[in-house]
Amino acid sequence: MSNKIKHHLTDDLLMAYAAGSLPEAFDLMVATHLSLCDHCRARAESFDAIGGCVLQDQEASAGMSDGSLAATMAMIAKGAPIAKPSPPGCSVLPAPLRDYVGGDVNAIRWRSIGMGVKQAILPTTRDASARLLFIPAGAAVPDHSHHGTELTMVLQGAFSDEVDHFARGDVEIADEDLHHTPTADITEDCICLAVTDAPLKFSKLMPRLFQPFLRI
Amino acid sequence: MFTEIDTVTLDEPATERSSTKPWRAKRRIRGKPVNRADDSCDTKTEWVSHVSRIRDAQDQAAFAELFQHFAPRIKAFLIKSGSDVTLAEECAQEVMATLWHKAHLFDPTRATVATWVFTIARNKRIDVLRKQRRPEPEELGWGPKAEPEQDDVLALQQETAQLRDALTALPEAQRQLIEKAYFGDLSHREIASQTGLPLGTIKSRIRLALDRLRHAMN
Repeated sequence: MSNKIKHHLTDDLLMAYAAGSLPEAFDLMVATHLSLCDHCRARAESFDAIGGCVLQDQEASAGMSDGSLAATMAMIAKGAPIAKPSPPGCSVLPAPLRDYVGGDVNAIRWRSIGMGVKQAILPTTRDASARLLFIPAGAAVPDHSHHGTELTMVLQGAFSDEVDHFARGDVEIADEDLHHTPTADITEDCICLAVTDAPLKFSKLMPRLFQPFLRI
Repeated sequence: MFTEIDTVTLDEPATERSSTKPWRAKRRIRGKPVNRADDSCDTKTEWVSHVSRIRDAQDQAAFAELFQHFAPRIKAFLIKSGSDVTLAEECAQEVMATLWHKAHLFDPTRATVATWVFTIARNKRIDVLRKQRRPEPEELGWGPKAEPEQDDVLALQQETAQLRDALTALPEAQRQLIEKAYFGDLSHREIASQTGLPLGTIKSRIRLALDRLRHAMN
C-alpha cells in the first residue's frame, strides 16, 4: 500500500464502478488501482454505501414467491461454490491483474510492437480493451493521440510526459485532446496497465500499416 | 418540554462525533464511546449480529429474518435494473445464499449489512445480466477481525444512517439521478434519453448531489 500516489481516480469512475456500469476493462483498472491506493479504496467504499442506501429504500411490498426461503436453504445445503484463489505473487501485479494474466510478471505473454515496446492484451469484454505495456528504461513512446478515453496506470518503474511524472499506482487519464510523448524513467523498465473505450473493431477494419502507433 | 430538552442533550455527543468525521469511512474515531441508547433510532445494528450468528452458529432463524428484510429489496432492485421478475427472484435467492456462505468475510467496520448485500447483488447482476467478470480489489491483510471494535462498528452504522438521511434530503431531481445510476446498466447517455435531459445537465446534477452529500457528512 503506497501513500505516494498523486494521480487518483475520478468520482465519475468510482461511482460507476460501485454502480457496476463500467465495461470490464475499466472495472479491471479500478480494481487494480484500489488494490494499491487506500485513499481511493475508502472513497470507493463510500460509493458502495450509497448503493446500500438505494437498496434499503426499495419497496419490499412486491415480496418473494412462496417457498423462496426453503428454496434458498436447499441451495445453501448444496455447499458454497469453490472460489478459485488468485495466483500467488506480491511483487508487481496486484491480485485482480494476476487473475487475468494467470500469474505475476513472469507469466505475461508479451508481443513486441516495435522499438523495444511490448504489449499483452488481456481478455475482457469487447466494449473496451485492456492491455499491459512494457516500455524499456529511458525509451520514449512516439507522440500519439487517443480515441475515446484512455487510462494508463504505472505498475513498475515510472514515466514522464507533457502533463506530469507518473509512478507506481498513478493513473493518467487521457482523452482525445491529449497528444503526448511518454518517456520511461532511465532507472527501470516501465510496465503499465492501459485501458481504452475506443472500439476494437476500428483497428480491425484497417490494414495493419495504417493503424496508428500502439493501437490494438 | 423537559423531555424534549433531555432528548436534545442526549443526542448531542453523537451529532458532534459524526460531524468530525469525513464523508468516507474512517476506522478510528476520537471521543467517548457511543451512547448505546442511540441503538433505538433506526440504525439497525442488529443486522450485524444476525450475520455473526450465521457465521458462528449457522443460525437459520437469523437468516430467515435477514431474508425477509433483504430478499424482496434485492428483487425490486434487480427488476429496476432491467431484470425480468423470474430472474430477479432467482438472483435474489442466490444473493442470499452467497450472504450465508460468505458471512465470515463480512467486516462490520467497513460496511453495513445493507451495503454488503448491495455489493453482492450488484456483482450478481454484472455476472448474470451482463455476463461479465467483475474484478475486485485485492483483499486487505487477513480479512475481518474475529472481534471488531464495537465503537468502530457503531460509528460506521451512524455514518451510513447519516448518509441515508442526506440522500433523502437531496432535491428530488438529484436524488432520482443518483438512484438511476445505481440501477446499473444505465449509462449517462441512456439516462439522458430516458429523462430527456442533456448529458451535461445529468453530469452536473450528479456532481451537485455528491457535493451536497459531502457537505452533509462534514
